[in-house]
Amino acid sequence: MPTYRSDTPSHPPVSFPEYRSNVLRAPHRPFVLLPQRLGEITGPLLGEGRVGPHDNDLTLGHDGEPQGQRIIVSGRVLDGDGRPVAGTLLEVWQANAGGRYRHDADRHPAPLDPHFTGVGRTITDAEGRYSFTTIHPGAYPWRNHDNAWRPAHIHFSLFGTAFTQRLITQMYFPGDPLFDQDPIFNSVRDPKARAAMVARFDLGTTVPEWALGYRWDIVLRGKNPTPLEEEDDDE
Amino acid sequence: MSELQTTPSQTVGPFFSFGLVWEDGPFVVPEGTPGAFRIGGTVYDGAGVPVPDAVVETWQADPDGRFDHPDDPRGAVRWKDFRGFGRSATDPGGRYSLLTVKPGPLPAVGGRSAGNGGGNSGNSDGNSGNGTEAPHLNVSVFCRGMLVRLVTRIYFPDEEANTEDPVLTSIDPARRATLIARSEPPGYRFDIHLQGEHETVFFDL
Repeated sequence: MPTYRSDTPSHPPVSFPEYRSNVLRAPHRPFVLLPQRLGEITGPLLGEGRVGPHDNDLTLGHDGEPQGQRIIVSGRVLDGDGRPVAGTLLEVWQANAGGRYRHDADRHPAPLDPHFTGVGRTITDAEGRYSFTTIHPGAYPWRNHDNAWRPAHIHFSLFGTAFTQRLITQMYFPGDPLFDQDPIFNSVRDPKARAAMVARFDLGTTVPEWALGYRWDIVLRGKNPTPLEEEDDDE
Repeated sequence: MSELQTTPSQTVGPFFSFGLVWEDGPFVVPEGTPGAFRIGGTVYDGAGVPVPDAVVETWQADPDGRFDHPDDPRGAVRWKDFRGFGRSATDPGGRYSLLTVKPGPLPAVGGRSAGNGGGNSGNSDGNSGNGTEAPHLNVSVFCRGMLVRLVTRIYFPDEEANTEDPVLTSIDPARRATLIARSEPPGYRFDIHLQGEHETVFFDL
């Protein structure tokens, strides 16, 4: 059976008090190592039935076009060994061009856009490729610290093919001046890992007279080399 | 070797519900499935306040203890309409709820610890039984304020196999109860304490 390599150094720490809501929610006790057995190396393979034909175009489905800069975000989902993760469900959600979410709890006094909900879904193809058409989300204020603003981002949720690979993350845009003051972005301590959350502008996928292209590859946990394992356990 | 670094985890944030909530999310099995029951509870923060912006996901074997997945070497499963996966966002009172059936026990195949991860906590003590895992659900918890996924397990109170389960028996007996649901007919209750005196046991995968 396959097992998946630890990837702890890529991720933010459990406890990161600069992000204020973390203080009362982060567990205090050390995590217990869970062996990877059948329930960990398998996972939900959620596919076709969940995604409609236009679910990867967030600019559709309303009575008109949303406000804002039209963009195409595309890339590949790979595992830690560079293999494409095919047929996996991606779910995205985001604020509108003014930085407002279609959510009751969002009190940012920016207008809702009647032509934008901000939710998309798609499934990777055999090469692990995905693509979303949407609009560039706006930055928005929040109350973490004085004059705090979240950099523009799109939320991504992925399953991969195993319980171990489940990932919820955020994609950011290159050159955002708000990175330095954002504790969520900076909770990732490794600069290389942090940079991996930032998409790159791509003229190649930019569609002339239509939409700007951004490329973003997502990497899920890779497998341990098939062992060669010591069978000296007293099982 | 060209190992790629995993994309970092980020918080699900406060505004996920319009993106992640599925109408059939809480239904691991469809309503009316024989033996189906509700399992749910409240997610609490360290001050004992319910967490209204969490999402709880479960993954489990079918009643035969099998997974509908190519890496389960035992092949095809016989339970139709069994998704194995559940997702429930918490309500304003911090409550989540799922409809499921009890999974079967899991065989001891491949029963080696994850290893290779560095910093192993060496919790393989107590693995003296035959390695069979008692019926349980694997659980992921995401919420505003958490930057990474929290992983825990739900075991059932009426299972003798719990006393031999290699994971449960590896845990400090004083904290073991945090992983065992309470019987609350016609279902079960499993509260999740992110922090504090009754902090739930969370796992490193």
